Amino acid sequence: MNGLETLRVAVRALLRNKLRSFLTTLGMIFGVGAVVATVAIGEGARSAVEQAFASMGTNLLVVLPGSANTGGARGGFGSQPTLTWEDLKAVRTEVPTVRYAVPYLRSSSQVLSEEQNWTTQVAGTEPDYFEIRSWPMALGTRFTDSDVDTGTKVVVLGATVAEKLFGPNSNPVGQTVRIRNIPFQVVAVAGRKGQTPTGQDSDDVVFIPRSTFQAKIQGGLGKFLQGTIFISATNASTAERQVADLLRDRHRIGGPSEDDFQIRNLAEVASAQEESSRTVTLFLAIVAAVSLLVGGIGIMNIMLVSVTERTREIGTRIAVGARGRDILRQFLGEAVVLSVAGGVLGITAGIVTARWLTAAFHWPVAFRWDVMILAVFFSGAVGVVFGLYPARKASRLDPIDALRYE
Amino acid sequence: MAPPLISVQDVTKVFRMGDVEVRALRGVSLDIEAGEFVAIRGPSGSGKSTLMNIVGCLDRPTTGRYLLDGKDVAPLDRDALARIRNRLLGFVFQSFNLLPRTSALENVELPLLYAGLPRAERHRRAARALERVGLADRLDHPPNRLSGGQQQRVAIARALVSEPKLILADEPTGNLDSRTSVEVLALFQELGRTGITIVLVTHEPDIATYVGRQIVVRDGHIASDRRQTPVRADPSSIPIEDVA
Repeated sequence: MNGLETLRVAVRALLRNKLRSFLTTLGMIFGVGAVVATVAIGEGARSAVEQAFASMGTNLLVVLPGSANTGGARGGFGSQPTLTWEDLKAVRTEVPTVRYAVPYLRSSSQVLSEEQNWTTQVAGTEPDYFEIRSWPMALGTRFTDSDVDTGTKVVVLGATVAEKLFGPNSNPVGQTVRIRNIPFQVVAVAGRKGQTPTGQDSDDVVFIPRSTFQAKIQGGLGKFLQGTIFISATNASTAERQVADLLRDRHRIGGPSEDDFQIRNLAEVASAQEESSRTVTLFLAIVAAVSLLVGGIGIMNIMLVSVTERTREIGTRIAVGARGRDILRQFLGEAVVLSVAGGVLGITAGIVTARWLTAAFHWPVAFRWDVMILAVFFSGAVGVVFGLYPARKASRLDPIDALRYE
Repeated sequence: MAPPLISVQDVTKVFRMGDVEVRALRGVSLDIEAGEFVAIRGPSGSGKSTLMNIVGCLDRPTTGRYLLDGKDVAPLDRDALARIRNRLLGFVFQSFNLLPRTSALENVELPLLYAGLPRAERHRRAARALERVGLADRLDHPPNRLSGGQQQRVAIARALVSEPKLILADEPTGNLDSRTSVEVLALFQELGRTGITIVLVTHEPDIATYVGRQIVVRDGHIASDRRQTPVRADPSSIPIEDVA
């Protein structure tokens, strides 16, 4: 008997007991289905986070001003401006690993078009900010360094703001919007970025030159930089150390004293996220292994029952000329068909479940085809491992006893 | 002259059940020529089933020799014996031993499956064998939709399909009423006329009247071995029993 015949005999035998065969595969279906669905959800979440981090820009450092410590009450980072414009200049010129360093000043404010208004974040920055964030314009041209030098009243709208003020698919370039009652000319609409790693809308923002921001929003040019510094570095961790050293030196912080600033390395945050998702994946793999084990035991159990129940059949087959290995192959074939069918059905169930979760809760899912192919192979292996014992038992039956078995 | 199809030479068989030795056969010698229709008769425990198992290559003698078609089967391994059962022998059992929920055709194909024949060939030969036993119109019926007599005829077709030299029937009428029994015997007689050797094991003396040679086994010995003129099996002579 060749492999195909064996398979046909196995399938025939299984179809004689459809309900039982189906129930036997349920263990595998649930196990594999759970794996496929959870991997899809995990991957979906991971790629969403990854995308969000990628949209933040690569090798990005954020320098936050320090806390106001008054009488032992520490105000937290950003509660007091400790970064100066001189600090920014020093970071730009004295740290070789820094490619770009830009200020980022922000304030929540209402922005008005002729017909609509929208409260959003108004950010004062410099053109290099768009380089750091690798953020292209969808329409128009962003403001330039000379706009920063002269404090022009121009604005780049985030995609969300453009939509809220001018309607979807409109071109507001050249129009005027009012921020704190000051007219700004729209020079560009930024491309859509999507969500930040923390789930906020990156596009709900407008950008104006930082000098304009200082003069019109903050009210006055001061020594302190009342915001954060975004840095794009050639090597984030080296730059992080060098910038910290520079700022401690400039702020005359020595030895054990606490820094009056904080540097956030987004690459580190991203890799921490990656680490945690890897842990989750490992955990899932363990759950998968356990569920496949349980499924395999279920198959072995039913195969043992089946061998006992079909003792007479086995005796008959041996009497008419089946060899031990024919019987072994038949029962092994049945176990493998059961487990692989369970695997394939499980994948289907997993995909359906994941798609349903997407439809119902808008969870992002990403299917890993390699995981699915692996799951099918693994199912087959489970069938072989757990089918072997019952199959051997069947193949070693004594035909005389088997024929008489009641 | 050709050697006898079956040559059992001073065969003994001892079973060990715990501490007790059961001597099922105590030196049996027996030749059966090709084309004979033989009944091995004896009460239960006489050793007739053991003899049957040895002749059917399902068991081996403890001592003595068994030559099938002139060849000693003692040196053959399990696979080789399976091959002999597949090519040379056909089995018919008391309780039919058909695969449940499987069509008559597929049941009959079973030996050919293990002979490695291609599907179309298997179908063709199985259909012809079923035709020979008068079930040409029942090819796709599963056993539970056939009467006892029809089931036994499917089993006979299965024994015939590989065109064996020898059919071994172990109490083939044990589960059938007397009219159906005679029908089955009529079928065996018909097959016997085509030259197939048939060995039938039974404990019913009247069944043994339909064969040409009766061997009585008692206590592991052959008690008598005589040739006779067989009674012609005529089902129409048996009144149809009331089935309650």
